[in-house]
Amino acid sequence: MTSVLGLVAVLPLLAAAIVLGFRSRATVRDVVTLVALATTTGLSAALLVAVDRDGTVVLSVGGWAPELGIVLVADLFAALILLVSTATILVVELFAIGQRRTPSSADPSVVAPMLLVLTGGVSLAILTGDLFTLFVAFELILVASYVLLTHQGREAQVRAGMTYVVINLFASTLFLFGVAIVYAATGTVNMALLAERIPELPAATQVGIGLWFLVVFGTKAAIFPLFSWLPDSYPTAPTTITAVFAGLLTKIGVYVLIRFFTLMELDALGPLLLVISGLTMIIGVAGALAQDDVKRILSFHVVSQIGYMIMGLGFFTVAGVAGAVLFLVHQIPVKTVMFLAGGLIEDDQGTSALNKVGGLATSKPVIAVLFAAPALSLAGLPPFSGFVAKLALVDAGIATGAYVIVAVSLVGSILTLLSMTKIWMGAFWGDVTPPAVPASSRRSVTVMQSATMIAVAGTIAVAVMAGPLWRMSEQIGGDLLARAPYVTAVLG
Amino acid sequence: MILAVAGLAAAGTFLVTSRSLSRVVLGFAMFGHAAVLALLASGGPAGDPPIVDGAMRDDTANPLPQALSLTAIVISFGLTLYVLALARRQQQLTGEDLVEDDVEDRRVAASVERHLEHTDETRAIETHHEDGSGLDNQPADRRDAGETSP
Repeated sequence: MTSVLGLVAVLPLLAAAIVLGFRSRATVRDVVTLVALATTTGLSAALLVAVDRDGTVVLSVGGWAPELGIVLVADLFAALILLVSTATILVVELFAIGQRRTPSSADPSVVAPMLLVLTGGVSLAILTGDLFTLFVAFELILVASYVLLTHQGREAQVRAGMTYVVINLFASTLFLFGVAIVYAATGTVNMALLAERIPELPAATQVGIGLWFLVVFGTKAAIFPLFSWLPDSYPTAPTTITAVFAGLLTKIGVYVLIRFFTLMELDALGPLLLVISGLTMIIGVAGALAQDDVKRILSFHVVSQIGYMIMGLGFFTVAGVAGAVLFLVHQIPVKTVMFLAGGLIEDDQGTSALNKVGGLATSKPVIAVLFAAPALSLAGLPPFSGFVAKLALVDAGIATGAYVIVAVSLVGSILTLLSMTKIWMGAFWGDVTPPAVPASSRRSVTVMQSATMIAVAGTIAVAVMAGPLWRMSEQIGGDLLARAPYVTAVLG
Repeated sequence: MILAVAGLAAAGTFLVTSRSLSRVVLGFAMFGHAAVLALLASGGPAGDPPIVDGAMRDDTANPLPQALSLTAIVISFGLTLYVLALARRQQQLTGEDLVEDDVEDRRVAASVERHLEHTDETRAIETHHEDGSGLDNQPADRRDAGETSP
């Protein structure tokens, strides 16, 4: 199983190189991309099964000792998130293939290789066992995302892309500073060794390191007050790209936050995390209420939902971390689906501004259903996955006695529902508007709708499998907080 | 070394926060160098070269921060070029190398402001706010344009 660890990171990158070589041959490009993504997803699934059965898998790249070389580590947490992420990218690529004949499409010869690079970066970021490789993985993801965001070169995209690149580049450089600080303080960048050495440092140094990385990863995860780049840049990109960004990029930031803060035993920052999470939820959703464009509303919800995961982490209890993990698993597909449904609206109507579309519930009932399911899930209504995840978090909060943050999170949920209602009333009810653009070909609409349907099925599957998923999340939460399983797995 | 890191980081941050894109790029170059220097400084004092007169030496410099720095330099070099290309594209499109405001965001903010003023007690003078000037994508805070354009 150890070789699979290397493969999931390297295979998409190799495929990206091949796809770049065949840029102009559409069939070869599509086949290679889909096969590579499907293989990566399959390998991730196999990895999850193996890790669940036999325990953590560790690969020391090049046979170097873990202290000196690069290690890739797949514990249950990593394997679970890896599977969800790769499966999501696969569905989005399917949607992208359907979308390419439509006017709103992105350039497929750029999207295919860059999605593959993004997949490689995401796999590496999830699996890596040292801080510097994490930096490289982040750069890999970001470079791919810069290109995806700006490759059409429209004015709005270049403007938003500039903000996005500048802020993320700044955060990356801060990350580099953080690596230097950690190395100077402990003499290693290996996370398992850090887990042993950081708790031995003076308390002030620990808090300093914790705060530094909170800023670094918090910018990637778009927590309050570091989120303003997100609703600015995401809506300008083509739908497929926004869907990947919303589903994955911020969530990788959250994944790393959970990993780092539990492994380095930074419980001291728990109360600060709770305050930040509350502000993130409320301000994100308040921003969403002020907007009147589907994509912009959804972008603000990306921010708001990050707050819930940070809340789970902030409790620093097994139930809290388990809730955060479950929420992460629920968010990745749901956010992607919402943007894909937004893309269907945009493709059908030529715009996603609420005052320009209407009556879709009668004219396009399929889109209405595809939007309604994830929207209700996002607001946390039973029987959807959002309900299960939020229930877990609220339960953990009440068990800890943190009633204020629980109340804040429930208010946030109600406001989320309110803003979903706004989209529903604006886009799906009301008078039927004639589309401003010629209809896309039947075939591409079918491909796009079936891709969205697969993704909706995925989100419902999360709710159906809530039992096993919760068992896994609890085990993950226990392992993360105990820290010993990870450390002994890596250092032997 | 630490003073150099502090100086570069401070100057870099200052330049990054400016509105002119060429300054932002320069700021990033400096900020990136500061980070690389910090990485080097974290490896401890400089040591001997590893091989002198065909013999291995013991107290050599720590190679790990050097390897990390090299990787970081390559990445920041590539990204500096990318930002430069983006700045050039921006200049082609708008004729200026300034960081632009988010038009949609301005529009939403303007409509909220209009709404607030509308519901205020200033109902008598509501006529002048309905002329759609919020859609104007030349916001007033572009006042430093004269100072920063080349």
